[in-house]
Amino acid sequence: MGDTKKLAIIASQGTLDWGYPPFILASTAAAMDMEAVIFFTFYGLPLLKKEIDAKVSPHSNPAMPMKMPFGNKDFQSMNWQIPNLISANVPGFDNMATMLMKETFKKKGVATIEELRSMCQEFGVRFIACQMTMEVFGFEKEDFIDGVEFGGAATFLEYAADANISLFI
Amino acid sequence: MSEIAAKLELNCEGLNCPLPILKTKKAIDSLNSGEILKMTATDPGSVNDMASWANRTGNELVGHTEVGNVHTFYIKKK
Repeated sequence: MGDTKKLAIIASQGTLDWGYPPFILASTAAAMDMEAVIFFTFYGLPLLKKEIDAKVSPHSNPAMPMKMPFGNKDFQSMNWQIPNLISANVPGFDNMATMLMKETFKKKGVATIEELRSMCQEFGVRFIACQMTMEVFGFEKEDFIDGVEFGGAATFLEYAADANISLFI
Repeated sequence: MSEIAAKLELNCEGLNCPLPILKTKKAIDSLNSGEILKMTATDPGSVNDMASWANRTGNELVGHTEVGNVHTFYIKKK
């Protein structure tokens, strides 16, 4: 089809919160009969690892609501103001925040990143891993899921030159 | 709207964006042209999203009802 719309995404961040949008948008684009490519570079590259260990860091996201995924409705809607002194210094704080966010997502019926990633592949979304970042951070092809392509800036731009939507995330 | 005869039913209740859309896409792919999919969802965002999805893919939204917090969509495959 000559009029197929194309989506081009650069995924440059690998935390739990930043990891969602590329997979949500690419899978939905494919479900809307568009072509989609995600180019994973810098900190986005770990999103292609077989096991995703993405975390969220409240300390670096000052506007992030801190809410509890349990208790009654009033308790769950409370926003916990965490002082920087605690979010920066308490060991395991990011792990706790990550656990709470994952639990909240699960309760609200949001897919996991892994589920969205496999839906993307099922729908034919292409994943391109940045070869340069692999060299710099020491990733091997075997570290990644099957079906990943490898390339650099020119590989992405060749596709993106004809894209209707281009996003840097 | 209950008189619309659906070939396939899909329950997306409790699921949030973008899962109802992704599951609808998979279900519609399994149907033949002209057949109807009945999808139910509780995600309030699915109302606008289903309309956009149908508009973009060319599948026709032939019915939508809301009972309580449950939305029922009837989609005719193009």
